Amino acid sequence: MNVEWLWGLAGGLLIGLGAAVYLLCNGRIMGASGILGGLVERSDRSAMTERMAFVAGLIGMPFLLRPLIAPQTQTHLTPDLAIIILAGLLVGVGTRVANGCTSGHGVCGISRFSLRGIVATVFYILAGGLTVALFRHALGVI
Amino acid sequence: MRGLFAFLAGSLFGTGLLISGMTDTTKVQGWLDVFGDWDPTLAFVMGGAILPMLLAWQLTWNRAPLAGGRFPAPPSAELDRRLIVGSVLFGVGWGLAGLCPGPAMASLSYGGVGGIVFLIAMIAGMFAAPKLGAQLDRMANAA
Repeated sequence: MNVEWLWGLAGGLLIGLGAAVYLLCNGRIMGASGILGGLVERSDRSAMTERMAFVAGLIGMPFLLRPLIAPQTQTHLTPDLAIIILAGLLVGVGTRVANGCTSGHGVCGISRFSLRGIVATVFYILAGGLTVALFRHALGVI
Repeated sequence: MRGLFAFLAGSLFGTGLLISGMTDTTKVQGWLDVFGDWDPTLAFVMGGAILPMLLAWQLTWNRAPLAGGRFPAPPSAELDRRLIVGSVLFGVGWGLAGLCPGPAMASLSYGGVGGIVFLIAMIAGMFAAPKLGAQLDRMANAA
């Protein structure tokens, strides 16, 4: 058993715990794209405060804890700005059109056996796998 | 209270993303890279995250959320163009950069300029989504 897999499992449990808190306390599905999308679109004004509080914790807690528990963690994001911008645009438009991402459709959808969540997850993983195969192994650009 | 619970949920989510390695784009792309040096970590993260939620959904039966309101309606089983096309576009972007919306926010304080550019581009893409969604609906109606 690789130690990185165990950290993955432990981190995953915390992610699921966060989703459970958001569901059982606030009655909402913890979807990162839905929460950020709702913030930027200013839809459902009554949810704005909790969205901002969620994003504050999501950005703020890694900022506070990384120096203490995971100082070696880096994003290793590509330096290629064209790839970054293209990828960001696709992630933004795609998750909002599909109404969910890895957290909403993946974690929250699969755990309630939602057909839409499972189908979305299959399609974004297949598309991601084909993209890495094409752009890394065929074209060699990522 | 709702704000406090939301802050707690976001904090747990962010801490989980940090320690799981999912803010490291090479680990995400490594999981998608089935023809290369495949990294199974993401499957452990997803499995670990689904476990508490399996229990949480059971606890929603015949109850109300702690802070009031009601739980989400049962999921729709309807598959439409928006779901498929949107998920494919998201997957292509996810594969290209190795970032999805949660980790893009969680890594903002240590992702450098590239991480900020990604977040801005992602928000710009979100603004374009209603137009693409409406276009897909028109295509579905015409078909």
